[in-house]
Parts: sequence; structure tokens; C-alpha cells
Amino acid sequence: MIHFDKVGVTYDGSAVPVLRGVSLRIEEGELCLVIGPTGSGKSTLLAAINGLVPYFTGGTLTGRLVVNGRDTAHNRPRELADVVGVVGQDPLAGFVTDTVEEELAYTMEQLAIGPAAMRTRLEETLDLLGIADLRHRALRTLSGGQQQRVAIGAALTAHPPILVLDEPTSALDPASAEDVLAAIARLVHDLGVTVVLAEHRLERVLPYCDRIVYLAGDGTATHGRPADVLRRAEVCPPVVELGKLAGWDPLPLSVRDARRRAPQLRHQLPETPPRASRTDRSDPAGSPALKARGIVVRYGPLVAVRAVDLTLRRGECTALMGRNGSGKSSLLWALQGTGPRASGTVSAGATAADPAELPPARARSLVGLVPQAPADLLYLDTVQAELARADRDAHDARDFRAARDVRDVGANGQRSAGVIALAASARAILDTIAPGIPSDLHPRDLSAGQQLALVLAIQLTAAPAVILLDEPTRGLDYQAKAGLILALDQLAACGHAVVVATHDVEFATRACDRVVVLAEGEIVNDGPAATVLTASPTFAPQVAKILAPLPYLTVAQVAAGLDRVTAS
Amino acid sequence: MAVSRADGPAARRRRAGSWRGNQLPRVLHPVAWWIWALAIAVAASRTTNPLLLLLILAVLGLAVTMRRGDAPWARGYRFYLLMALTVIAIRIVFRVVFESGVTPGDHILFRLPQIPTPSWYAGVQIGGPVSLQAVLSAALDGGRLACLLCCIGAANTLANPKRALRVLPGALYELGVAVTVALSVAPQLVESVQRVRRARRLRGAGGRGLRALRAIAVPVLHDALERSLRLAAAMDSRGYGRTGNATATSRRLTAALLLTGLAGLCVGAYGLLGTSVPPALGIGGFTAGAASCIAGVILGGRRVSRSHYRPDPWRWPEWVVIGCGLASAAVLCLKAGYNPAALNPELYPLHWPSLPLIPTLAILAAALAAFVAPPPPAAASLDATAPQAQAGVQTFAGASR
Repeated sequence: MIHFDKVGVTYDGSAVPVLRGVSLRIEEGELCLVIGPTGSGKSTLLAAINGLVPYFTGGTLTGRLVVNGRDTAHNRPRELADVVGVVGQDPLAGFVTDTVEEELAYTMEQLAIGPAAMRTRLEETLDLLGIADLRHRALRTLSGGQQQRVAIGAALTAHPPILVLDEPTSALDPASAEDVLAAIARLVHDLGVTVVLAEHRLERVLPYCDRIVYLAGDGTATHGRPADVLRRAEVCPPVVELGKLAGWDPLPLSVRDARRRAPQLRHQLPETPPRASRTDRSDPAGSPALKARGIVVRYGPLVAVRAVDLTLRRGECTALMGRNGSGKSSLLWALQGTGPRASGTVSAGATAADPAELPPARARSLVGLVPQAPADLLYLDTVQAELARADRDAHDARDFRAARDVRDVGANGQRSAGVIALAASARAILDTIAPGIPSDLHPRDLSAGQQLALVLAIQLTAAPAVILLDEPTRGLDYQAKAGLILALDQLAACGHAVVVATHDVEFATRACDRVVVLAEGEIVNDGPAATVLTASPTFAPQVAKILAPLPYLTVAQVAAGLDRVTAS
Repeated sequence: MAVSRADGPAARRRRAGSWRGNQLPRVLHPVAWWIWALAIAVAASRTTNPLLLLLILAVLGLAVTMRRGDAPWARGYRFYLLMALTVIAIRIVFRVVFESGVTPGDHILFRLPQIPTPSWYAGVQIGGPVSLQAVLSAALDGGRLACLLCCIGAANTLANPKRALRVLPGALYELGVAVTVALSVAPQLVESVQRVRRARRLRGAGGRGLRALRAIAVPVLHDALERSLRLAAAMDSRGYGRTGNATATSRRLTAALLLTGLAGLCVGAYGLLGTSVPPALGIGGFTAGAASCIAGVILGGRRVSRSHYRPDPWRWPEWVVIGCGLASAAVLCLKAGYNPAALNPELYPLHWPSLPLIPTLAILAAALAAFVAPPPPAAASLDATAPQAQAGVQTFAGASR
């Protein structure tokens, strides 16, 4: 169906090819998963299938790429529209029209499909993806999951034999992501569509996939059956890691596979697991860094946050979880003081000041917030300039800060003296959380993980005791997530109170001590990560699902547990 | 047609069904509403009779309240009304301030202090006596302009402007898409600016002025550029701009025809409007240009292979709507069968304007459109409630994304 023959791609102005010598044959009806670290060329590989690379992006493509019998060298993307359907990461950016129905019909209109056929296909697609009740809605008013399903539908109505999806669930909460992936699995199984998919959350797609293409990062690609490729790959979901650790063969790909092999492992492991995340924890009863009482956020008639009480302690990393629209962002922005707050009080720092009543420059030295799109804060030409700007801003606020620090140290002993960056420059902080980002790069050229680190460093330069991160894991691969976890560990160890709004259960398991679950603006669960995350099946990490009733959460814990058994 | 006219119960039932089917809620063809509104605008431009102008406003208001949908664009009529009032007010204020001369018969309302103007500026006089006649004529002129504005507003309210663009001939399709995309960019930009401004405060952004402008403009423009690139890529991979079986020569020929046609139209228009050019040349240039344009559009349309999803049907209500609009325009333009002076009542001597019977009936006939057009579909109400309920969250989600 798709035949790569020694395909190489080099972008203009770059000496190193993104892809080289990729030979690969994807058969009809396969679900092929493309994995690899950020920047390894996943998007390039996917975009080459319908000719966007190199027709649209520029660059040189060597070798031959034949799609459904058509050579992309002689067919522009628009001429391949009837063969390849494409769904991108951000559905909203790809919508051409305003309403669901018109969007679904768009490709068919371009292909000059007759009105009667168009009508029937559209109705079928609405049912297939379960979006019939949305047909007259404006696209902008849909939730992320609904938008993504509409985007898939819009690609499907033209009945292309191949569907290419570039990280379709990266912006979605687990439930919406599940909907989208279920829709994709259904296409593969019921319609025999060939699907090529890039996805960070491997654990969700792995059970359905027939073939994995692994891009190592040096331009080469290896491919094969999932179990074989994953044995060699460095990026693996927890279920595969656990399989590797336990030496299971073939490797389990789903919780179900692993659960069936697990009884013996469960028997081996000690009843009480070693600590889940950081081994060197600061005491759980750290002094409170921020107290919020009765926070209410409303937008007109809509109540986003409903009388929430929250106390954040120094040295504690809290995960804020809940589905899209449950009020996570609203709560974070209200705590920081920049977002709207209808009622309630916030007192932060030793002075118990309300950040909303302070000017922005002082509020950020109490509570720092990294928004969902970190790049919104970046506007200068180089990383160096951004860091220098941050240092100057911090310097301007120093008088105020010095006064506060004296009080802090007086109140809390030596702990607050450990808060990162009391005197450190932005560059030093950046090197602590993400070493080796070149100073002369344009901030927009950084990867998502690097941008996040840069903005985090800029916010930390103001030395806030409380740092809030809104969906930082979005678009991060496994390595970047591991880097972020390390950085958060350091922050917590230095006495910051950290809050991370996230959908990523595995990330929360590894990074956070405490989990707060929001639903409809209310806190429905608040407690230690281990307790909250194992309490409900939807929120449980894979390892917990496999090893229940043993309260293990991460592979590292299992490894430590096994070590302890062998040692004794 | 001949077949369907064949008599028989089935055919009769079918005809009756289609008759009733037309009154099922549906969207009237947008072009019909536009022609109707433009025809009324033509009619309005022919008169300064305040009674007729008020009647026209009433007809527009009736059609808008009866037949608009619930979509976002359908909620804009009162903004047009406000704009119309502003236009009248501005005209009156200008006329009062820049008074130029009073004729003996004028009824003086009040006197403004006169500001002496320098000699090189002698043509305009600021302040001075303000006459009732001057104010009235300004109000009537403004009223006429306000009516035109309301006509455009009514068309925009009754017909989705984007759907109206869809009926452009195939050769101009790209133009239509460009306009559609441009229209959707504006709200996105506003959202981007709000989001970035908010995010900027997280960085302790006090300063105003150039630095703040840059800090907002750079991310917003970057976003916009990125988004447009992604949109272009998406449109390309979804088949936008497929050339089908067009050859390079046919494409070049189309372009040449359109260009010469446009040039011809320009020359023709100049000839028709200007006095120094013989009218024959003007008419000739105009016709030749129009013919060339039409040929280009037809030729260009032939190479385009594209279809329309659920094209708006054109049935008898559409004919009636444009018919009654055009009738009122014709009656007011032709000025036959009634005293044309009644359309533009004299201000000297000042008297209450009369309401000429035939133009009144013609304008009332245009109101027929409000009853003949099918009611808008109720499904659109889903559109309306959802964004309102979510508006706050949407902006906020946008703001924090």
C-alpha cells in the first residue's frame, strides 16, 4: 500500500538529513505506529506519505515513495487527496469551514463527488464516529476530542484507503483520547483502512497495532512486529518495561497480556512496596506555602471553580487532574492572581499576601505560573536575550524580594534559603533543569520540552515559592517527560510547592506526591498519589492495574522491590 | 417538465407535496435575500421622503425579525441600526457646525457663535445661524444613507455571508475561499491577543508602549503565521486547488481573458460616466469587457471539477422574494403613474410630506418577502445556545492555551 524505497529527506539549509535510507512496506489494512524521540523525523515521515514533504515544506526527497501505486514524485498532495487522508495534531488549525457538516463535506467537494453520494457518505461518517448530534454545531464550540473526531471524519468522507494521523490525541484528556483511538481502531478493523499513526502515549495504541516503525533519531528507521521492535527501543510504555524487567517473552503489549503473566511476579514481590517517586522526600507536613479558601471562578452563568479550598505545602508536588473543562486551568490562574476570581481568598508566602491584589511583577515572585502554551511568554530573538530579560526583570524586583526573603528565612528557618534561584541567574536555573540549550537559538526553534524548560527557568528567576504548571506534559516524549520529572524533583527538594495540571496518569505517578482530582469545579478527591491513583480504575497507572492488589505504581518500584527480594 | 405535468393523482400529490415542502423550515437561498435587499436599497436611494424611508425601515425590520436564524451573524442587525443612527447624527452635527449661508425663506432655529476662518479657508464657515431647513435636509439625506446601511445589514442578517460566497462561479472559487478564510482569521487574532496579553502578565509585564506592543505582537503574529501555514497544508492535503484536467494553455487563456475583460470594463465605465468620451466608445468598451470577463469565467469554470454539498435550492419562494424586491425598485426608479415630486418633497415652503400611493404599495409589496420566505430551520438554535453557554470557557481555554 505504502512503499518507501531508500527514502531520504534533507531540509533546505540543513546539512544533516532528517531521514536517510528508509525502506519500508506498509501493507493494506495495517495499523502502523511510528515512534521515536522528538525531532527524530516522525512528522517528516508522515508528511512524506501524501507529498507535503517536500512539496509544501521544501527540502529534497531522495529515493522513491509509492502510495497506492502512485509515485509522490509525480503527484502533489492535492492530487493524492483521494488516496491519503491526513489528520494533524491541532484539529482547529486544519479546519477550513465553520460547521461540522460543511467540514465533513469539504474534501468531497474538492474531489467533485456527486451530491447524492456526498449526502450518504456524510451520514455514514457521522454515525461511524458518533458525532451525529454535533452536525450543526460550530467547530469552535466543540471540545478537543469532538474536534479531533470531526477532523478524522473530514479525512474519511473521501474514502481514502490510507489515513495518516500525527499525534491525534496529544491535546486530549484520557477519556477523549480513548474515544478517538477507539474510533481509529474501529476504522482499521471494520473498514480495512490502512492507518499510519504517530503517538506519544504508546500504551493506548499498542494493543491495536500491527507494525511499529522506530526512528532512532539519526535518520534511520527500523520496523517490525511491535514486540520485536519494542525489545530494542528505548521508549516504552510501562507495561513493556515491566515485561522487560520480568523477562517475559513475547513482551506483553496490553494490560490484559501482562495481567495473565503476572501471578508469579506478584508472588515474588514484597507486600509493601518501596517509595513510589522521590526517595529523598522532604517531610510531608512541610510548612504551607499557599492557602486558598473558597475559590470561585465563574464566566457569566458558568461556574468553572466551585468553592475550592486548597493548601499547598513546601516541598510537595501536587498533580491536579480531571477531565477537560473540569476547572483545572481556571483554578491555577485564579491561584496565581492573573485569572478571574469571583470570590475566595488566597494567601501566599510568609507575608500571607494575596497575589491578585499585587502588581503582576510582585505577584509572580509569590506564585509563578507556566501556561499551557509556554511560547506565549517568549518574544525575543534568542534564548540568551530571553534569559537576560528575565534577569533584568528579577533585578528590578530585587529590593522587594530581598525584604521578603529576610522575613521568610526568619519564619521558616533555613528551608526557604534553599529555594532555587534566590540569587541564581536565569541561565544557571535553565542549566539545572535542562542542560545544554544553546544560547543563540531562536526560542521558537526549540522543541516543546526545551521551550517549557526555558519558560520554567524564566518564571523561577523571580523565585516564587509556589510554581504552577498548566499541562506541561502536552507534546512531550518519554525523554522530555523524564527530564521534567527530574526538574520537578529538584524544585520540590529545594522547598518549592509545585502544582502540575495533567492528564497523564503515568507522569503523575512518577512525579507527584499528592493528587487532587477536580470534577465540575469541585475537588472530588485529594490525597497521597498512591491512594488516589489506585482507588479508581480509570486513573490507575498500568503497573497498578497489572499488579493489583499489590500497591505498586511504577516499574522503578517493582525493580527496587525485586532487588530487595534478591538481596535478602 | 412536460412529464411531470401529466395529469394523474400521483403527479398532483407530488406537486402539492412540493408546494407544502417549500414551506418546511429551510434557509432561503442567500442570493435571493441579497438581491431583495439590494433592490430595496436602490428604491431607498431614490427618495428622501421621510415617510417612505420609515416605511422601508419597517419592511426591513419585519423581514429580519420574522426570518432570521439563530446563527452568530444573524444577531448583528441592531448594530447596523445603531450605525445608521450614528450616520444621521453625524450628518446633522456637521451641517449645524459647518453652516454655509442662509436663504431668506429659512426658519432660523438658533445661532452658534461664529469662528472666524483665515482668508485662504474662506469657503467654509464655522458656526453661525442654523436653519430648520438645513437640519431637516441633513436628517433626510442621512436617513437615506441610513436606509442603505440597514439594507446591507438586513442582507447580512438574513443570509449567511459565507454561503453567499459559495455561489461564485467556479473560476472565482479561489477568491471566495480566500475571503472565507480571511473572515475566520479576525476572531482568531482577537483570541490570540487576549491569550498573549494574559500570559504576559505572568511575566510581570508592567510596561506599556513599544516593548509591550512587541511582546504581544511577536507571539500573536507568530501564531497567526504558523496557523495559516498549517491551514494551507491541511487544505492542500484535502485536495484544494486540484487542477483536474486543465492544461497550461487553457489556464493562461483564462487569465488573459479576465484581465482584458477587466480593463475593458474600466474603460467602459470611464466612458459611460465621463463626458469627454463619446458614449458609443463607453458602451462598446463596457460590453466588450463584460463579454471577455464572462468568457473567462466560463472557460475557467470548465476546468474546475468540484461539487457542492447540499446546494441551496432555488424554488418559487426565491423567485417571489427577488420579484417583490425588484418591483419596488422598479416603481421608484421609473417614476411612472404618480407625481415624482412626492419622492423628494420640497423644503420651501416647509410642509408635511405626502404619502404617494403607488410607491407606498410598491414598498409594502417588498414586505411580502417576509411571509413568502420559509421560516429558518430550528436546528440552528443548537448553534446559538452552545457558544453562549461555552463562550466564557472558550475564551478562557483560549486564553490559557
